Amino acid sequence: MSMKRRSFIKHTLVGGAVAAGSLALPQWVLGEWNKTAFEAKSIDEALNALLGSAAMEESSAVKIKAPDIAENGAVVPIQVDVEGLENIESIAIIAEKNPVPLVANFKCVGQGTSFVSTRIKMGKTSDVIAVVKAGGKLYSAKKEVKVTIGGCGG
Amino acid sequence: MSSGMRVQAKAKNGVTQVKALINHPMETGNRKDEKTGKLIPAHFIEEVVCEYKGAQVMVAEWSGGISKNPYIAFDFKGGAEGETVKVSWKDNQGGTDTLDVVIK
Repeated sequence: MSMKRRSFIKHTLVGGAVAAGSLALPQWVLGEWNKTAFEAKSIDEALNALLGSAAMEESSAVKIKAPDIAENGAVVPIQVDVEGLENIESIAIIAEKNPVPLVANFKCVGQGTSFVSTRIKMGKTSDVIAVVKAGGKLYSAKKEVKVTIGGCGG
Repeated sequence: MSSGMRVQAKAKNGVTQVKALINHPMETGNRKDEKTGKLIPAHFIEEVVCEYKGAQVMVAEWSGGISKNPYIAFDFKGGAEGETVKVSWKDNQGGTDTLDVVIK
């Protein structure tokens, strides 16, 4: 796959090719990827690393739109809508039984974000959990997605 | 400018909705090459950033659990027709791309 990459950013990288399997962090001016959270094997570990707490409260303010049955676990559309919560800081998407459960965290650093939408991989049937941080507290919702063909294998 | 990314931004009633599609393999690092049996190295987008008027409005952090050729959509308060949003991403191998798009 060819992909245009900006040469000036290439110049900021040391050494060029990253050795296979190594996780050397490239320089990046826009933020810091949370390695601990995104490599955590458990949800509590991931949330503690990501949000400083794993204590969450189920809330009807958080709604997950996802298929009941995903025939192809490699592409499962997920939308998280948030209604009636002030000061949303972030929206995380977790696939409970994936080898790495934390799939995405959307930091709503602008004003007034009401939804995020993406497509995720799911290894097998499990709950999808959305965790919204708002006003320093964690609110969650979950929805089971049945997966016919897992999307994490080859 | 050609790019491995397509972005749409639409403003309505003071809220801008952004949708982006990115060409990327999104390899988790846990998948084996069918021919060689060797693990395919992890190669996935770690971060997607959207900026409006020089300020970040969305910072998405991803694992390899996002599907191949990722899709992302979200909204934010602000933005009007004719203004610009900038979407950028970077992956775990140092690959990166950025695109400016006029809000419709």
